[in-house]
Amino acid sequence: MVHAQSLTKKYGDFTAVDGIDFEVAPGESFGLLGPNGAGKSTTMRMVGAVSSRTGGDLSVLGLDPDTHGPQIRAQLGVVPQEDNLDAELKVRDNLIVYGRYFGLSRAVCAARADELLDFAQLTEKAQAKVDDLSGGMKRRLTIARALINTPRVLMLDEPTTGLDPQARHVLWDRLFRLKEQGTTLVVTTHYMDEAEQLCDRLVVVDHGRIMAEGSPAALIREHSSREVVELRFGSTRNAAVAAELEGVGDRIEVLPDRILIYTPSGEDALEHVSRAGLHPTTSLVRRASLEDVFLRLTGRSLIE
Amino acid sequence: MSAPSDTAPLVPERRRGLAALLPASVRALYAGNARMFVVRGFLSAKTNNWIVVLSGFFEPVFFLIAMGIGLGTYIGDVELANGQTVPYAAFIAPALLAVSAMNGAVYDSTWNVFFKMHFGKLYDAVLSTSMGPLDVALGEISYALLRGLVYATGFLTVMQLMGLNQSWTAILSLPAVLLVAFGFASVGMAITSYMKTFQQMDWINFVMLPMFLFSATFFPLDVYPEAIQRLIQALPLWHAVELVRGLTLGQFGPQLLVHVGYFVAMIAVGITFTTRRLRALFLD
Ligand SMILES: Nc1ncnc2c1ncn2[C@@H]1O[C@H](COP(=O)(O)OP(=O)(O)O)[C@@H](O)[C@H]1O
Ligand SMILES: [Mg+2]
Repeated sequence: MVHAQSLTKKYGDFTAVDGIDFEVAPGESFGLLGPNGAGKSTTMRMVGAVSSRTGGDLSVLGLDPDTHGPQIRAQLGVVPQEDNLDAELKVRDNLIVYGRYFGLSRAVCAARADELLDFAQLTEKAQAKVDDLSGGMKRRLTIARALINTPRVLMLDEPTTGLDPQARHVLWDRLFRLKEQGTTLVVTTHYMDEAEQLCDRLVVVDHGRIMAEGSPAALIREHSSREVVELRFGSTRNAAVAAELEGVGDRIEVLPDRILIYTPSGEDALEHVSRAGLHPTTSLVRRASLEDVFLRLTGRSLIE
Repeated sequence: MSAPSDTAPLVPERRRGLAALLPASVRALYAGNARMFVVRGFLSAKTNNWIVVLSGFFEPVFFLIAMGIGLGTYIGDVELANGQTVPYAAFIAPALLAVSAMNGAVYDSTWNVFFKMHFGKLYDAVLSTSMGPLDVALGEISYALLRGLVYATGFLTVMQLMGLNQSWTAILSLPAVLLVAFGFASVGMAITSYMKTFQQMDWINFVMLPMFLFSATFFPLDVYPEAIQRLIQALPLWHAVELVRGLTLGQFGPQLLVHVGYFVAMIAVGITFTTRRLRALFLD
């Protein structure tokens, strides 16, 4: 569906996307995970044929965006990072008019608009003004709008950023349904839980480069131990205590507010800590996540 | 079915006659679907405020009554370059028609477009569909023109009722006004696409007002010194006023073709720059 090789985007001397390679297969849910400024949106815009690449090869649905922009866009559904709904139109008209931009007939658009309003749980809001919708509703409407042309690939740029936890879960549930029906998804996010929930396979990006690639489980297996112990001793003591913990677990990571011990068994590591006579103010054992993968690969957290 | 899947049949993109014949370089900019933008305009007008839309009709009518009838009783008749004399109201009415075409087209293509471009994010959304920047430019302009046509028809009817049309050729001022509006809208949109701040947008008003006052709107051109006459004759509104006045007063002649040519050139330049600029802005 999408095939990128050494894909590069420069703005002046600044390289936003620095030679990335990836592939998206039909029916797959593919993710780009990375912090703000990693180059995710820029990549999405190039794939969406609204931004031209500076270098490398890119093929979307077998076509080159440089020469077949409109044909590619006709078969994609795009949910941009920032909602760009038409505030001058009512909710249902937003769907219909957007469908008509693709050259679909009024009847087709109207029928699909009603189906999609139902799918997005917005049927009661059909005649509402866009500005009266909540953030989560706007996001669902944007997703519904992206589906009006029955796209072959649905592209979602940070679908749940800025939403409260409940609205996020509602949205994830809708996206799961699409996934089950075999829709190809390309998702960017800086939330590791979102990446774990939605993506079959993902690339970790930072500073425009791909740091790692694989399924969430494989990435965690490859770049982290199974469990993580989080200890807090208070920000002034963390560094000093970390020195004393040398040798506990596979690896120790010191963050400003806590110490992380990577270990196959969190219980064993905790025992070590108390045997060493150290008493953290809080301690927590958890399974390793993509956050740990990112920390391992870049030395930084995903969300600063 | 609650949502589409990959296996759902892809509804074929409807190919619009002419667009399919265009070379690939133009097809990347134009899907032949500009009229959907007009559809959007109507839906938006229906949803939002009709009052604003109506005020566009009354403004020139009020001007005509105040200046034409009010001031006209003092001024009496105006003698034209060819010796013909006409009542003052008949002299300024075609100019007001041209001015209202200009104002409508300029408002729709500048402030309206500026807002959509920088705050409404409308074009980002539209250009992520199969629409191209030329569809947006033509669609936005067509909507402005349709609205302008409705106003012009209303105003021309008022002129007819007041007995200000001196010739059957007055009916031709409708297509003429469309041409004028098309010219102003194309250039207005091109200029707006380069504007970044509200201060820059204010320059547009700064240019429009003197043009409105001096383009032989309220007095014949020969009241000015020679050099100023030349300057005025270079401005688009003068060509618009002369074109429309020629038609409503029945001064049908080859000089009208010059005015027509002026606007054809404006359209070509305006559309070229607008399309180029929209492409650079939204499909970089
Ligand atoms: N139009 C632009 N002009 C200049 N720099 C840009 C432009 N768009 C994005 N950038 C820069 O490129 C980098 C990557 O941005 P972006 O792709 O939006 O990252 P992400 O979506 O991962 O947060 C950022 O440093 C951003 O400032
Ligand atoms: Mg982004």
